[in-house]
Amino acid sequence: MAKVLRRERLVPNIHLLEVHAPEVARKCRPGQFVIVMSDERGERIPLTIADWDAKRGSVTSIFMLVGTSTQKLSLLKAGDDLPVYVGPLGRPSDIQNFGTVVCAGGCFGIAAIYPIARALKKAGNRVLTLIDVKASYLFYWEDKLKKVSDRLFVSARDSRYDSKEYIPYKLDSLLKEEKKVDRVVAIGCTYLMYRCAEATRPAGVKTMVSLNPIMVDGTGMCGACRVSADGKTKFACVDGPDFDGHTIDWPELFARRKSYFDDEVKSLCAFERERFS
Amino acid sequence: MTEKLEISAELKERLKAGYDKEWRKELRKSLPVKERMKIPRQKMPEREPEKRNRDFGEVNKGLDVEAAVLEARRCWDCANPGCVSGCPVSIDIPSFIKLIEKRDLVASIRKIKETNSLPAICGRVCPQETQCEIVCNLRKATGVPVAIGNLERFISDFERWEGQVFLPEIPPSTGSRVAVIGAGPAGLTVAGELAKKGHRVTIFEALHIAGGVLVYGIPEFRLPKAILKAEVDYLQKLGVELRMSFVVGKTATLEDLKKDGYDAFFIGTGAGLPNFMRIPGENLVGVYSANEYLTRVNLMRAYEFPFYDTPVVRGKRAAVIGGGNVAMDSVRTAKRLGAELAAIIYRRSRQEMPAREEEVKHAEEEGIEFHLLTTPLRYFGDDKGRVKAMECLRMELGEPDSSGRRKPVPIPGSEFITEVDLVVVAIGQSPNPLMAQTTPELRVGKWGNLEVDWKTMATGIPGVFAGGDIVRGGATVILAMGDGRLAAAEMDRYLKNGQR
Ligand SMILES: Cc1cc2nc3c(=O)[nH]c(=O)nc-3n(C[C@H](O)[C@H](O)[C@H](O)COP(=O)(O)OP(=O)(O)OC[C@H]3O[C@@H](n4cnc5c(N)ncnc54)[C@H](O)[C@@H]3O)c2cc1C
Ligand SMILES: Cc1cc2nc3c(=O)[nH]c(=O)nc-3n(C[C@H](O)[C@H](O)[C@H](O)COP(=O)(O)OP(=O)(O)OC[C@H]3O[C@@H](n4cnc5c(N)ncnc54)[C@H](O)[C@@H]3O)c2cc1C
Ligand code: SF4
Ligand code: FES
Repeated sequence: MAKVLRRERLVPNIHLLEVHAPEVARKCRPGQFVIVMSDERGERIPLTIADWDAKRGSVTSIFMLVGTSTQKLSLLKAGDDLPVYVGPLGRPSDIQNFGTVVCAGGCFGIAAIYPIARALKKAGNRVLTLIDVKASYLFYWEDKLKKVSDRLFVSARDSRYDSKEYIPYKLDSLLKEEKKVDRVVAIGCTYLMYRCAEATRPAGVKTMVSLNPIMVDGTGMCGACRVSADGKTKFACVDGPDFDGHTIDWPELFARRKSYFDDEVKSLCAFERERFS
Repeated sequence: MTEKLEISAELKERLKAGYDKEWRKELRKSLPVKERMKIPRQKMPEREPEKRNRDFGEVNKGLDVEAAVLEARRCWDCANPGCVSGCPVSIDIPSFIKLIEKRDLVASIRKIKETNSLPAICGRVCPQETQCEIVCNLRKATGVPVAIGNLERFISDFERWEGQVFLPEIPPSTGSRVAVIGAGPAGLTVAGELAKKGHRVTIFEALHIAGGVLVYGIPEFRLPKAILKAEVDYLQKLGVELRMSFVVGKTATLEDLKKDGYDAFFIGTGAGLPNFMRIPGENLVGVYSANEYLTRVNLMRAYEFPFYDTPVVRGKRAAVIGGGNVAMDSVRTAKRLGAELAAIIYRRSRQEMPAREEEVKHAEEEGIEFHLLTTPLRYFGDDKGRVKAMECLRMELGEPDSSGRRKPVPIPGSEFITEVDLVVVAIGQSPNPLMAQTTPELRVGKWGNLEVDWKTMATGIPGVFAGGDIVRGGATVILAMGDGRLAAAEMDRYLKNGQR
C-alpha cells in the first residue's frame, strides 16, 4: 500500500500523481519507472518517475488519460491508498558527459525527460530541449525545464511558441544547424520516438528512446514487454526501458502496443457504466 | 522420477516411536491384511468434465470422512514403510494415515504439520505418483498404492473447515531479524519455521499477492486461492511481516537490507524467467509465455474481464507448446476461456511428458487434444501482427541418448501448417537473474541458478541462504519446501551461534 500525497490536473488530459514511497524515492535514478495499480480490480501499469524527493519520501509521475487505468488514477485524492506501487524498475538512463545532448519530449514525455535533462546538465552537458505539444495550452513544467536546459525550444501546432512544425522536423534541422550533437534522448508517444529516431538515423547520431510496450510485472517474469533490438528479443522492463532507437523493430512495437485495442474499449465502457449508473 | 531418499536416523526413530504405540498395535490387529486388501482404492470425486471445463471452480471435490477412513484402512502400517523414503520433507506417513483410520483427525493434521507446513497445497499439487506412492509397499504388492496424496488433502481440508487451525506456542523473541526474499513455497516455509523459533521474520515479495507460482501460475481450478490465503494468514498469525511490491535488487539491495539491520537472509526468488524457442514469429500478438498467460488469468483475474481490468487474448484455436504441468495448466485455461480447439504440442512421446499423471488425465477428459512428437517451426501473422497460423514438424523416436531416453528426430518433409489464434509457450523457466545481478558476491551456476552448499543451503556469503527453484531451476513445490526447511534449521543455528 502506498499513500497518494497529491493528484492534480496539470493541463487537459494530463495529471500529476505524487505518492509517498520512501524506498522508491531513496533508490531511484533518472529513466526508471514504477508500476501502479489503482484498485484491487485494476491493471498494473507502468509510469515513468518524473521527479522525487528523498527527504519527503515522495515520488512524482505525470500521466496522460488514455483508458480505464489512467481514468481511475485521475479520480484519486490525497490520502487514498494504492494497492500496488512498486519500483524503481528498469535500468537508469545512461548519464555521462557526452558534450551536446538534445532532449526531445512530448505529452507525458515532457515530464519524463525532465530528470534526465537535469542529470545530463549536472554531468556537464550542453542540454538542448525540444518540446512538442499539440496546442500551447498543453505545455506544462516550463519553469522546471528552463532551469535544466541551455536552450528550450517549444513547438505547438497553434504556433504560439517557437514554431508549429512537428518536433522530429525541428530535430532534423537542429542537427544541421549545430556543429556537433553527440546524443539525442527522446521520450513520449511511440510515434514521436520512432520519428525522432528516423530523423537522426541518416546522420548516425545515437538516439536513446524510452520504450513503452505493455507490461505486467515489470521484473522480467512474463515477457509481455518484449521488443526486438538488433534482431534480438529484449524484455523492456529489465533490459530497458531505454534502447538505441536505431536498432528497434518499430512495426512490431506498434502492433504489440495495440494487442488489446478492442478489450480496452470494452473495459472503458464497462468502467463508465459502473461509474455513472 | 524422484529417487528413493535416504531415511535419516531421526526419521527412523520417529517412525518407530509411532509404530510401537499400543493403539497402533491394536489397530493393526483389528483388521487382517487380507481384509484390508479387499478394499478398493477410493476414487477422488471430480466435477464432470463437460461442466468444469467452462469455469474455474476446483476440479477435485475431495474425499469425505467415510471414504478417507476406508482409504486409510487400506494401508498396512508397515514395519518398514516404503512411502516415507519418497517424501522430500519426511512426513511420518503411516502415523498420519493410522490417525485417520482411528478418526483422530486433529492429531493426524498435527502429525503432518510437524514436518510439512503447507499440506493443503502439497495434497493438491505434489506428484505423489512419482514420490511416496510409487514406493508404497502396497503398490509393490498389488500395483495400487494407498492414495497418500488424497488423504493428505483430506486431512488439511478438514482442519480448514473446522476452523480450528492449531497455532504453536512461540518462544520469546530472540531479537534476530531475518529477511526472506520471495514469497513462494520456499520462502513461506522458511518464514514459518523461523517465526516458530522466535526470530523476527519479514518477507519481501515483488508481486502484490504472496504465493509465488502458487498464486500467479497454478490456476484456481487446481489450487483455489482461498487455500493459499489461509496459509499466508497463518504465517501472519505467527508474527511474520509481509512487505509486498518490494523488489529486492531494485527497491533495496541485499546490502541495503543488511544496513537496515537484518541478520540473516533467505533467497527464494524462483525460476521466473520464461524461455522462448527463438523461432520466427514468436513476438506476434497472441503468442504468450506461459508465465504471462497464466499471470494475466490467475494473478490479475483476466477470466473475469472486464470486471477486472486486465485483458487476455481469448483464442478459438489455441496451441500450447510443452508437456509439463505448466503446459497442462495453460491448455486447460485456454479451454475454459472458450477455445474450441485447445491442443498440446509436445516434441517427445506421452511417456516422457513431465506433467503429473492426474493433470494429463484431467486434460484428456476435458477435451484437450494431444499432438505428440510434434514441434513448432514458425508462426505466421496477419496484417495487424496477430498470430494466425503455425508451421509444425513431426518427429519420431530415434536411438536412446546418454540418459537412456530416446531422442526425437525430425521426419523430413513432414511439415504442416495449421490455423491458430492463441499460442502459449510453456517450455520451461530459468532462474530469475535479478538478485545475482545486484549481488555480485553470489555464485551463479551454468543455468543462472544460485550455487549453494547442499548440506546447509548456504551461499558463499555469510548469513545468506537460498533454496527452491532459484537453485534448482524449475522443480517442484515440495522440493522448494524441503530446501526451505533445511535452510531454516541452518539459519536458526547460524543466528543462535551469534555469528552476527
Ligand atoms: C516504461 C513505461 C513508462 C511509461 N511511462 C508513462 C508515463 O510516465 N506517463 C504516461 O501517461 N504513460 C506512461 N506509459 C504508458 C502507460 O503505461 C499507458 O498509457 C497506460 O498503461 C494506459 O493504461 P489505460 O488502462 O489507461 O489505457 P488502455 O485503454 O488500457 O490502453 C491505452 C494504451 O496504453 C497501452 N497500455 C495498456 N495497458 C498497458 C500496460 N499494462 N502497460 C503498458 N502500456 C499499456 C496500450 O498500448 C494502449 O495502446 C509508460 C509505459 C511504459 C512501458
Ligand atoms: C504453471 C505451473 C504449474 C506448476 N505445477 C506444479 C505442480 O503441480 N506440482 C509441483 O510440485 N510443482 C509445480 N510447479 C513448480 C512449482 O510451482 C515450483 O517449483 C515452486 O513454486 C518453486 O517455489 P519457489 O519458492 O522456489 O519459487 P516461486 O514459487 O517461483 O516463488 C518465487 C517468488 O519470489 C518472488 N521474487 C522473485 N524475485 C524477487 C525479488 N528480486 N524480490 C522479491 N521477490 C522476488 C516472485 O515474485 C515469487 O513470488 C508448477 C509451476 C508452474 C509455473
Ligand atoms: S508403504 Fe504404503 S502401505 Fe506401507 S505404511 Fe506406507 S502408505 Fe501404508
Ligand atoms: S513486464 Fe513482465 S517481463 Fe517485462
